[in-house]
Parts: sequence; C-alpha cells; structure tokens
Amino acid sequence: MNKVDQSTHKSKENTSEQKLNSSPKQSLDLDKNHVTVGKPFSDDSKMTMRNVDVFYADKQAIYDVNLDIAKNEVIAMIGPSGCGKSTFLRTLNRMNDTVDGCRVSGTIAMDGENLYAPKLDVVELRARVGMVFQKPNPFPKSIYENVAYGAKIHGLADSRVDLDEIVENSLRKASLWEEVKERLHQPGTGLSGGQQQRLCIARAIAVSPEVILMDEPCSALDPIATAKIEELIEELSQNFTIAIVTHSMQQAARVSHRTAYFHLGKLIEVNPTEQVFTLPEHQLTEAYITGRFG
Amino acid sequence: MNNQSENLSRIQSSLKRRNRSEALFQWYGRTAIFIGLAAVAVLFFDIISKGHGAFRATYIKLDVHYDQSLIGIDNLADAAQLVDGNWAALSKAAIRGNFPDVSGRRDKRKLNKLLSNGAGFDLKDRLVENPQLLNKTEAVWILADDDIDTYFKSWLDNNPYDARLTDKQVQWIDDLYQQGRIELFFNANLFTRGDSREPEQAGIRGALMGSFLTLIMTLMLSFPIGVSAAIYLEEFAPKNKWTDFIEVNINNLAAVPSIIFGLLGLAIFINFFHVPRSVPIVGGLVLTLMTLPTIIITSRAAIKSVPPSIREAALGMGASKYQMVLHHVLPLALPGMLTGAIIGMAQALGETAPLLMIGMVAFIVDIPSGFSDPATVLPVQIFLWADSPERAFIEKTSAAIMVLLSFLIIMNTSAVWLRKRLERRW
Repeated sequence: MNKVDQSTHKSKENTSEQKLNSSPKQSLDLDKNHVTVGKPFSDDSKMTMRNVDVFYADKQAIYDVNLDIAKNEVIAMIGPSGCGKSTFLRTLNRMNDTVDGCRVSGTIAMDGENLYAPKLDVVELRARVGMVFQKPNPFPKSIYENVAYGAKIHGLADSRVDLDEIVENSLRKASLWEEVKERLHQPGTGLSGGQQQRLCIARAIAVSPEVILMDEPCSALDPIATAKIEELIEELSQNFTIAIVTHSMQQAARVSHRTAYFHLGKLIEVNPTEQVFTLPEHQLTEAYITGRFG
Repeated sequence: MNNQSENLSRIQSSLKRRNRSEALFQWYGRTAIFIGLAAVAVLFFDIISKGHGAFRATYIKLDVHYDQSLIGIDNLADAAQLVDGNWAALSKAAIRGNFPDVSGRRDKRKLNKLLSNGAGFDLKDRLVENPQLLNKTEAVWILADDDIDTYFKSWLDNNPYDARLTDKQVQWIDDLYQQGRIELFFNANLFTRGDSREPEQAGIRGALMGSFLTLIMTLMLSFPIGVSAAIYLEEFAPKNKWTDFIEVNINNLAAVPSIIFGLLGLAIFINFFHVPRSVPIVGGLVLTLMTLPTIIITSRAAIKSVPPSIREAALGMGASKYQMVLHHVLPLALPGMLTGAIIGMAQALGETAPLLMIGMVAFIVDIPSGFSDPATVLPVQIFLWADSPERAFIEKTSAAIMVLLSFLIIMNTSAVWLRKRLERRW
C-alpha cells in the first residue's frame, strides 16, 4: 500500500500534483495528523464541535472532528459505509448514550451551551434536537397519538384543542395532512413506507425542535417517496437547522447547502455542496464522488 | 458445453437423493408427533374411563319419617340441641322400614351399612331447611355407602364387584333395584364438599378453593416482582459481571428441583418468619419462589423482542427511559409477559412436591375461605386420594385429575389465545 505523502493533504497545489500522479487503484491512506480541508467553520453557528473523538469501548470511531453547523442550513454528511457519519450525527443529540461502552470527548455545544455538561438533561436536549431515523419507526399507535406523543410528554399542550392544533400543524408541515386527515385514529404502522417516514418527521417537528437530525431518512424508501421527503427537507430548512446523513450523493447534492465528507472516522472536507460535487478540494472526496470507492 | 451437461447430470442425480432425505426427515417428524399424540390419547382414555363414574353417585329412595321422639330434641332453631340430636336414627329407621323382615343385630348393622354414615346429617340439613316436615313422612333419595356405590356401578356394567358385601346385602340391593329405589344421580357432592375419610362424602371443593387461593397469592407476588426484575435487568441495569452472574443464577433457579423450594420455604417462611403451616399464604410464597424464574425469563424475552427502533423513536422524542419503558416497551411486551405468567401459573397449579414440605398435605375437611385458613391443593388432593385404600377413591382420584387437567388445558389455551390475539406485527 502506498502511503500518501502527508503534505498532499495540506495544500491544493500538492493535491493536484498527486491527482496527476496517482493511478485509479492507488490506496488512499490517511495520516495521523489530518486536518479538515475546506470551510468547516461558520460565523453564524448553531452547533459547534471541537476536537470530537468518539470511542466504542477501545475502538475509536471518530477522530478529532471540528465542525460548525450554521443556523437554518442543511448540512449533508456523506462517506463510505462505516466512516462514522451516523455515529457523529448521534453525538449531536446524545443518542450514543444508549450504546454501552460509547465514550465522547471534546466539546459539542449548541448556542454556546455544552451538550456534554454533567448538569445537562438529555430529555431537554432531545426536545431541542429532534431525530428522524433510517428505518421509519412510528409507534404502533394511532397517527394522532404518534404526532401528539412529544407534545404530551413535554406538556406542550394545555388542552385537547391545543393538541389537535399541534397535530394538524405538524402533519401539514410534513405534507401528510391531506393524506391522513380522514384516518387520524388508525394505526401509524398501516401507512406506506414513505408516509410512515413523513409521519416520523411530523412527530419530530411537533415539539418545535431547533435542530433536526436525519439518519439516512430515505434509504428504505422508493424514488417517489424519496422525492417527497427531499421536497419536505427543503421546506423545513426555512425554520429548522437540519443535519442529514445520506448514502446518496445525488440526494446530498439536491437538498444540502454544505456537504461534509467523512472517511474512516475523519472529517476530510467540508465545503458548499456545489463545490464538493464540482471541484472537491481533497483527492479522497474526489475519489468518493467519482465512484472510485464507496 | 460439455462441462454444463456434465454438471446438469450430476445435479439431477443428486436431486433424487436430496428429495429422499427430505421425505425421510418429514416422515420422522410425523412419526414423532403421532407418538406424542398417541401417548396423550392413551392418558386421556385411561383417566376418563377410570374417572367418569365419579361424576355420578348411588342414591337409595326411602320413606323417611321425621319423628321428633326419635331425634330427641324439642327446638329445631337451637343449634346446641341440633348437635346432640340422634340423626342417624332417622336414616336407620327409614332403611329398616323398607326391610321389616330383617332381624338380628348383625344383619341390622349390615342393613344400616347400605347408607352413607353421613346420611343422618343430610336429613338433619333437610329438616332444618324445611321445619314443617317435623313428624311428617316423605320419600327422600339418600346417599348410599361407597361399597354399595362401587358394587352398584360395577353391577350395572355387568362386572359386579361384591368382595366387600355379604350375600344378604347383595340381595337387598337387588330388591331395591326391583322396587326402583336405587339409582345413579349426578354427584354434586364432588364439587360442593371438602375432603372426607368416607369416599362417598369426599369432594374436591376444598382442594379447588385451596388451589385458587394459593394461585392468587402466587400471581399477586410473582407477576409484579418478576416483571419489575425483568424490566430492570433488560432496560436499566448496566451490563457487567454482576448482571451476568444474576442472569446465570436466575436460569439456575429455574432448574432447581421444586422440592428444594419446599424445604427452603419450610426453613425460611415457617421456621424463621413463623408463617402458619398449611395455609395458602405460605403455599403462595413457596410457589412464587418457583415461578419467579419462569416469569423473569419469559418477560425478559418479551422485552427483548420489542424492536430497538421503538426505543430509539421514544428516546429520540425526548422521552425519559422510564417513559420509554412505560409508554412503549411495556405495552408491546405485555402479551408475552402475560403468556409467561399463565404458563408459570399452570406449572404452579400442577406443583405438588414443595407443598408437601410446608404442611399443605394435611387432611383438611373444612373448605378454606381465606388466605390464612388451612388448605390443600388439587394435585396434593390427588396424591392423598391415590394413597387411600378404599376402592371408591380410585375413580375419585381420576375425576380430580380430570378437573386438574381441564384447568391446565384452559390456562394453556388462554395463553396461546392471548398471544395470538394481542400479538403485534411490525
């Protein structure tokens, strides 16, 4: 295996040189002191992550990630399987707490508040940072109960009328209202896959979170359902900050403002989406988006 | 290509062998199931053929004169006098009235033996309920003695068993039959009375009540404890050496012979905590020890079968762990837990050995009405009757087994029904 010269990661000139010299099958190993290229930082950041490492027991899954997520932006996280993008996403609402042996170091803050401070309550955090999962996972309860659940446990509705309103608004925002308004009290599990996923989005936005995390929300859906969700993400980005992990580069290109490329637990490159897909700074990013591996 | 046609012929020749081994395997399975079903059928046939007789009892119709001077009391409302009354005289007078020719002490005693020795008390109960019958005469069906019952039933089956009867008694029964004064009726005593030394008066009511009370006690203790333990171990406890150790020991407990739980109960509950012997409380405590592992293991399996995506969804919404368990995991796991509990209860219902150690094997005539009344349970009753020398207890034993089996079948069927009914699919 050829070890890529350390300097090639540091400057654009060297990268271009490397591109010229490299054969398509060249191994793309990373050095230890990798620094993210591109524009990982933002002046108007909602969430900031500095020197984030994540370990599963003794195995390190994320290496020294520094990244800002700006207010009301859609940031896509792409990368080959096992690169740590989902793990990273789950550190943002501390869903990783539920995994035995998972340990996070570094700082992750939202509006300047450290998410891993001992006094922080994860219940509050998860009300502020909603999540949509890979496989649609509505509760085996009615559509209404699904959407109303968050509002109920957080005590957001003062009356039945309030609750009805929250449910209707959320379903409208998730473009599901017209399809389900006649059968609100039928089980959510009876919907189609795409409808279920929109139900999960409606459930997440019902508590008006500030950030929504989406972990490959379309990977279990057909192209038509995917198109609907993507449309929805665009609408939601007006009110919410969205971080989306996706396997589909086309999806990242379509929905996101910025794209972050992960490789073997390291954040390789963060740049405006258009640039990542037309003129990537790092050769690994280029190799991935041109399909040389992934 | 040559290679392809050769491969094809190899595949075809191996196909026959593969199909044959599959057919053979299916045949093994069917044979195993057939043997199992045949064993069950033999068991049921044997028990039912032995026990069906116990659901009917022999009664003799006699003209009873409620003679106040014979009884020797003057006030029917006075309980103290009722106890002293010579009630047996009523039934004796009635049977002698039907056979006026019988003379001699020996024969008279044999004649009296035709009737159950509790017959006088049955007449007392009837008179107390209907005081206007005093000094009047009426025809009453009186319960026959167990030897008469056994003989009469076997005689009706053309296979008379008269070893315990004298020739004269056989003749009297024949006379009664000619007069239409001896007949089989539904044996209500079996379901309304407690245990007795006299087979014709023995019933399973006491044992049924004892079983019921003991099971209620067991369920009230083992279900909440078992489910809480399962939830804590599955959802809250850290996964470390201690929880592994606990898991291994729960599985060990499930395999401990039940008599050891009986000894444990004797040592701890009776000798140390001084819980009274023979009562449903202590029976329930011991059976709780025994059913807890079953309930914990099935409940943990039910909790494990709830998909993790539901837990993630709840936690992702900001539910606390407790809310996640209470709102989502528990409702989804409940059918499995209930099934486990019913199966545990069915095991407890059939359990005998541990109860022998804590005094529930005592001969108890009174029907228990509370958790602290001395009681016995159905399987122990079966054990006691199977141990009795009287021939009439054979059919009683089988009848009690039939009742126990029908309760077990009902419980296991309801467990299957409940699981089918409440099962959710994802």
